[in-house]
Parts: sequence; structure tokens; C-alpha cells
Amino acid sequence: MSARGGRGRLTPYLIGLPGGLWLAIFFVLPLLVMLSLSLQSGNVEQGFRFTWEWSNYTDAWELYSTQFIRSVVYALIVTGLCLALAYPMAYWIAFYGGARKSTYLFLILLPFFVSFVIRTASWKFILNDEGFVLGPLKDVGLLPQDFHLLATTTAVIGGLTYNYLPFMVLPLYVALERVDPSMVEAAHDLFASRASAFRRVVFPLSLPGVFAGVLITFVPVASDFVNSGILGGTQTTMIGNVIQTVYLSNNNYPLASAMSFLLMAALLVGIFTYARVLGTEQVMEVSQG
Amino acid sequence: MSDQRPVDPALLRGMTMPRISRRGALRGAGLLGASAFLAACGVEGSSQDDAPQASGFWASQTKAGQLDFANWPLYMDTAKVGGKTVHPSLQEFTKETGIKVNYKEAIQDNDSFLGKINPSLQAGQDPGWDLIVITDGGSIEKLIRQNFLTELDHSKLPNFQKNSSPAVKNPAYDPGNKFTIAWQSGLVGLAYNPKLTKREITSIQDLSDPAFKGKITAFGDDTDFPTMVMIGLGIDPATSTEEDWKRTAEEMKKLRPQLREFVDNAGMAEGLSSGNAWISQAYSGDIYQLNIGGSPDIKFVIPKEGVTYWTDNMAIPKNAKHPLDAITYMDYVYRPEVAAKLVEGIAYITPVPAAKEQLQAQAGKASGEARQALEDLIQSPLIFPTEADLANVKRYRALTVEEEQVWDGIFQPIVQS
Amino acid sequence: MSTVATRQAPPEVAPAPAVPGRRRRWTRLILPVYTWLMILYFSLPILVMIVFGFNDTKGRLNLRWQGFTLNWYRELFAISGLTTALRNSLVIAVISTIVTTVLGTMIGLALGRYRFRGKGAYDLVIFSAISAPELVLGASLLSLFVTAQFVRGFVTIVIAHVAFSLAFVAVTVRARVLGLDPALEEAAQDLGADPWTTFRKITLPLLAPGIVAGGLLAFALSIDDYVVTSFVSGQVETFPLWVFGATRVGVPPQVNVMGTLIFLGGVTIAVSNALLARRQRG
Repeated sequence: MSARGGRGRLTPYLIGLPGGLWLAIFFVLPLLVMLSLSLQSGNVEQGFRFTWEWSNYTDAWELYSTQFIRSVVYALIVTGLCLALAYPMAYWIAFYGGARKSTYLFLILLPFFVSFVIRTASWKFILNDEGFVLGPLKDVGLLPQDFHLLATTTAVIGGLTYNYLPFMVLPLYVALERVDPSMVEAAHDLFASRASAFRRVVFPLSLPGVFAGVLITFVPVASDFVNSGILGGTQTTMIGNVIQTVYLSNNNYPLASAMSFLLMAALLVGIFTYARVLGTEQVMEVSQG
Repeated sequence: MSDQRPVDPALLRGMTMPRISRRGALRGAGLLGASAFLAACGVEGSSQDDAPQASGFWASQTKAGQLDFANWPLYMDTAKVGGKTVHPSLQEFTKETGIKVNYKEAIQDNDSFLGKINPSLQAGQDPGWDLIVITDGGSIEKLIRQNFLTELDHSKLPNFQKNSSPAVKNPAYDPGNKFTIAWQSGLVGLAYNPKLTKREITSIQDLSDPAFKGKITAFGDDTDFPTMVMIGLGIDPATSTEEDWKRTAEEMKKLRPQLREFVDNAGMAEGLSSGNAWISQAYSGDIYQLNIGGSPDIKFVIPKEGVTYWTDNMAIPKNAKHPLDAITYMDYVYRPEVAAKLVEGIAYITPVPAAKEQLQAQAGKASGEARQALEDLIQSPLIFPTEADLANVKRYRALTVEEEQVWDGIFQPIVQS
Repeated sequence: MSTVATRQAPPEVAPAPAVPGRRRRWTRLILPVYTWLMILYFSLPILVMIVFGFNDTKGRLNLRWQGFTLNWYRELFAISGLTTALRNSLVIAVISTIVTTVLGTMIGLALGRYRFRGKGAYDLVIFSAISAPELVLGASLLSLFVTAQFVRGFVTIVIAHVAFSLAFVAVTVRARVLGLDPALEEAAQDLGADPWTTFRKITLPLLAPGIVAGGLLAFALSIDDYVVTSFVSGQVETFPLWVFGATRVGVPPQVNVMGTLIFLGGVTIAVSNALLARRQRG
């Protein structure tokens, strides 16, 4: 950093101010307002007042614990699936991609230039009961006539996995790419088999990527509700759908706010436990890219 | 960090002296400020004050030539002209009055639509619609109670005065039709595709048949499905108590695995016409339009345990941009010829009894299939129910705002499952 | 190269484990085949979207292939609600991209270049803004607007889009700032340029790729956003909102066509961006 004079002392504050102000008013403040709302009571016609209404939190859990738990379970399953599916890809591209590494990455990311909602709508189309995939299979008799994928948990998990795989591939790739191949060679020189070289050299070195990938996959999946809304049926509703309905249709702002905070709390607890296990430095490393 | 220098005495002094550090003071102030802030936050109630409408309101209105009309799907006569769907009755209205109608099927269920317009109404602003169609049984009452609707000038509604049925004049939820006049009435029953179900459906109990597991859809607003299940249990929804609601909730949980998904109005139509759903909760007239729209096999049935009878009402939200155009349209549909045209197009219970004579006259002049179709309409108890038919219908439970929270707490988690 | 090897040079030269030749070749194929299959899997919905934009559907249901037609490309704007929604999305995206890029670049500069009191907290806010779930962002903004009785519509959508994109742009620009060689700016100052000129003529052009990348990111985030928008949109329809609603009744082929066009647009921008970068470097 070049030494600046007196004028320079103010510079960071000045240039950081507008953006900082925007974030303060439209990111930090809303969270505080939502916290306040979550402890209010009343109804939309007569107004809401702050009354330390902790029952909003207990009600939120009592009424919707199923959906909370379901969201976390789905998120765990999807994150695990994404990790399992993305790792071999990232590994191969990082180690054997050669000059065409960026091309492969580009091809993987290409479909995600299409709008998220359209992608999911396309899956609804592909998985349709009488669509061009299931239809012919049923005509030929390979599937029973009343078999359906839409409106099932499978469809929702499939959609979630599809939509969030790139979130897992990228950090894994970046971490694996940084692994010095000479490390692997060294392991081989020491008579390690391919498998144990992987297990004891490559995988541990890729952990920062695994951590980042799990983090940026688990959190959005747990709070997703688009996949469930488009591909799901009954018994697949996630907490996001509920929060949206309670806010917008029921206008029960305190209850909905309490639910949002419960979700956030659960995610934060998850993140920090995970960070403890893997080392807190990883947490900040994620934001520094 | 592990230097071996001797500890600076000043540092030692600093560390051992108690003091209110600046950070500590800031923290304290912050907490105080935060609590004050949290406590000061609140949300204003939405009810507008009961100030009566300015007496010169209607006198000062002029026709704008534009009408923004929000309605439910399948609720307007349709015809296909050159591949595009048009609404003949709206086109004729435009031809006669010069008012262009911006017609949108923006309402899928009462709660979510009200959720969309309430904020504007609360803030005293134009909600974006001049004419809306809202159901009784809670929703229209909410709008009236919060004073969100424009008072109607009945001198501008001569056709309503002349031609409306006594059933819709002066309803309990809007004495004197101060804010609303009926659009159509209808029933909530079941619709099914006999080719897929392989048998007749006659009762709400049929929904529990394991043969239909995963093939049933029900409305996902938290009013229609609970009400139907209540009727299935023999409870009258209009007089139901919290105990009844809890019983109904248990029954709904038992039925839930039978359902494929919870849908809205459009989703019901899609499920039945695509065959993804074999049976669905449905509104009585929707099936008529589905039949002529490419799914002739679907049938509507009144379950033997009973049906809910509702009335959808036209209303002008407060601060609408073109109220005069809206009220012009509201009166237009009470002309018998127009009412008859709507009956032909949507097959709901019309609020204009004279429409029946219109249809009979038309049937007299028609022949063959056209005549048969008209006679079917005239005979149908779904469109022209008799007194006896109406004696047994049930009504929605009209909830106060406190009761609504209890109701939501009981039923929303199941419908949102 | 491994220095360990020189001490314990094994008799064989090949580092690979001793397995029969044919099996080794076969197992070598697993990973690449898998990767290609995955690439295909990723592309499947896109191919479907593109292909069924040409489907000559007779009825409302666009389910089975019924023949090739360019109709939908011609009648792209036949559905007025869809066209309005698309237009809204584009306008909102442009406005929020401009605001976000300007503010975000400033944040990126401040964070990447200076040390100042409160930077730690600032960093934490940026990190939280990136990792906070969209659901919470949307819900909290709705809470704010409800409390302030601010009617939801166009303005609130833009506010929300800027709020959630700022941190991403800031981080992108900061990464670029951190990689800048301070010697260049010092040289300019040594040659008598005042800070503003230095910034305008040296720093900004050097930062340009990062700023452009940030801007593209902000645009993509805005035009595709569903979750946050669904909370704060009021009655305004944006493209993702409209499509979501349409999935209940059946997505019209026009959506496929628009999706295809947006996709091709995005690809073109990305490819040209990459080619430009390569040309700059080489």
C-alpha cells in the first residue's frame, strides 16, 4: 500500500461509504427489523406490536418442525450426492484435463446460463408422466402405467442436485487444481498405490475445496423452495415454501420472521460446527476466494 | 507471539486496572439502543379509518376508456379466433361503450391475491385493478371490514336493481350491496375422469380409496380442502368450532398420502386435462370449460355428503384508477342477454334469473346439437338450482381476524405439507 | 521433481502401480467417460428447452414432439404478460447492474487497498451477504418494507437486487485490486499525476476486467433472481416470476424460445469475454 497523505486517510471511508450505507440499510437493518418482527404479536388488520412474543418461535417449531427437518435432511442428502458426483469430475479435469481444462469447465457451466426457473421447468417437462421419457417407457411396458416421478421426493432431490452441482464442482476443482502433482508422484515413489495416494495425499489437500463446496451447497439447498414448488407434491414442501406463504398469503409476519430466524440459526450452527471440525481459517478463506 | 521480553509495567498496569473500556461502553449503549429500537418497531394495522366516502366522489369521476379487470381462470366466455383466445362478451362491451378491457386471470386463490393487493390498499394507493372478483366466506368480508373497497353508487346500477335474483340482493356479508354485487355463484365439488378412475365417484369417502393413491389433487388454499373434509365428516362448516377444526385436521392428515399435490385453480385444470390427476376438488363451472376446451371426459359431481355454495363478488378497490368504467361493466353484465351469454360460456350459477328465459328463447330457435346443449344448460341444477337443491348446501366458515390465526395454525401446516 | 526419488531409486521406472496393462487402460477410461456423461446430463434440460422451442404444438400441452416450426420465434411477443415480464426483468437488471457495479467497485477498492477502522466488521458484513441464504435476504427485506409501509414494486425489486449483488461485485473487484501492482500507480504519481488522474488513467483501466466481470455477474444475478424477487415484487411480474407461475399450467413454447435466446446471449458474452482476455494476455 502506498503511503498517502492526510487526504488519503479519509479515502477508504469515503469510497466505502455509499456501498456500505446501502448494505447497512438494506441488509443489516432488515435483519434487525425481522428480529423485532419475530417478537411481535397482533394481526394484519389491527397492527403488530412488540411484545416479546417468544411464542412465535415455539409456535413456528410446533407447527412446522416437519418442514424444517425435511429441509435439513434434503440439504444433507443433496450435499452428499453433489459431493459424490462432483468429486470425480473435478478430479479428472484438474489432473487429466490438460490444456482443455477451461473448456471442460465451460461446458459444465454452460447449461447454467439458462435461467434457474427455466431449467427446473425443463426438468418438470422431462419428468412428465406422459412426457417423451416416461411416455415411451410406459408404452413399451417397462414402467407401470401409474408410475410418476413428478410430485415425489425423488424429483425434488433430483432437481436440487442438478441445480446445485456446479456450486460443488467449482471449489473442488480449484482446490484440486492447486494440488502439486509432484506430491502425488512422491507418494507413488514411496510405493503408495493409487488408492492410498488419493486417500492420504490428494483428498486431505483438497479439503478446503470440500469445505467451501459443502458450505455453498448446503446453505442454499436448505432454503430453496423453487424445486419443491415446481417438481414437488404433498410431503415435499420445504421450509422456504412455508415461509413465503405465511408472509404473503397469511400475512402473519411475526410467525414468518420467527421461522426465518430459526432457519438462519440452524444454518449458522451447522456452519460453525463444521468450521470447528475443519479449522476456522477455512471459513474466511472462502470469502477471499 | 512468544517473545521473551520483560512485561512492560505500563501494560501490566493497564491489564490489571478495572475500567470501563470504550468498547464496553459502546457495547452497553448499543444494547440499550437496540432494545429501544426493537421495542419501537411495529407494524401499523391495515384497517383504514371508517371515514365515509366523500359524497361527491362518484360525481367527480369520468370515463377513462380503460378497465383493468382481475378475475379467476375459466370465468369468462371464450372463443378461438385465428388461433388466439378471445372473450366475445368483453369485445361486445368494448364495442358498445368504447371501454378497453385489460382482462387478466390474475386470481388463483383469494388469500394470495389479497396478499398482493393489500399492501397498496393499506398505504392508500392504487392496487392496480379497477374490478376484482372475490369470494364470500371470509375474503370479501375482510376487504369490507378493512374499508378497502369503493362504495357503489346504485344510481349507476339500474340493471342490477331490475334483474338481480333475491338471493344475491342484500347479502349478509354486504347489507344493501354497499360495496359489492354478485358475479356468479357456484359449488365446490369433485371432478374426475371416469376413463381413468374406472368407476363413478359419488362421495368424499371415495378420496380414501387406495386405488386412487397419488392420483388426487385438492385446492391448496387453506380454506377449500378443510371445508370439504369437514363436510365429509358431517360437520357444518358455518357453525364449526375449534374442536371440529382439530378433528378435521386429523382426518386431513390421514387423507394427505392419497393426494398427489395441492393445486390452485389453474393447477387443477392442468392436472385433470393432462391426466396426472384422476380426481380433483373443483369448482362447478370449471369443468364445463375443460370439456369444451379439449377434455370432454371430465365429469363434475356433487358429493352426497354435501357441497359448499359460494358467491363471487365484483368489487372496486379503493383508489382504483378507473372506477366509473368498472361500475359501467358491473351493470352491463346484469342485462339478461349478457348474463345468458356468460351462462353459455362459463356455466356457473348466474345472479340474473331472466337469463333462463333468454336461453329458452334461444333454444327454441336453435336445433340439433346446439339446441341440446342449451337445453342441458337450462336443466342443469349446477346452473339453475331449485330451492330444494339450495336448501342443503353448506357455506364457508366466516372467520374473524383472531379466529383466522387459529384456523391458519391448524390447517396451514397440513396444506403446506 | 521429487528429490526423494534420488535416494531410493526403485528398480522400475514407471511410477504407476503394477497392474496388468489391459485393466489399467480400461480403468483409465472410467473418469473421462463419467465426466462426459455428466456434461451430457447437465446439458439435457438445455437441449430439451432449445428443441421444444421448435415444437409445433397443436393444443395447450407442449409434451410430445409434433413437428418442426419456427412459429414461436415469429410470435415471440404474442403473450403480453410474458413480454411485459421480460421487459421488466431487463430494465431492472440494467438499473441494478449500473448501481451495483459503481457501489461494488468502490467497496472492492476500499477493502482491497486500504486498512481502516471497522474493516473487520465490513469484511464480516460482506462475507455474510454472500453466504446468507436468499430466502433470509428476501424475507428480511419484506419485513423492512412492511414495517416502513413501503409499497412493494419496481423500486423495491431494484433495491433488493442491488443489496444482494453488492457483495459479489465487491469481492470480484477486490480480488482484482489485490492483484494490482502498486508500482504502476506509484510511477504515475512520481511523474506528477494527482490521485484523481492516477485513478482515472491507470487504476481504472487496470481494474476494468474485474469491474466488467463484476458487472456481468450482477446482471446475471439480477435477471435470473426468483427467490428474493418473489418476496418484494408486490404486483410487478419479472421473467422468472412469470415462468414459475406458468409451470402450473404449462410453459408456453415462447418461454423456450426466450430461454434459448437468453442462453445464446449469455454464451456469446462469456465466449467473447474469454477471447478478449486471452488476447489481452497474449
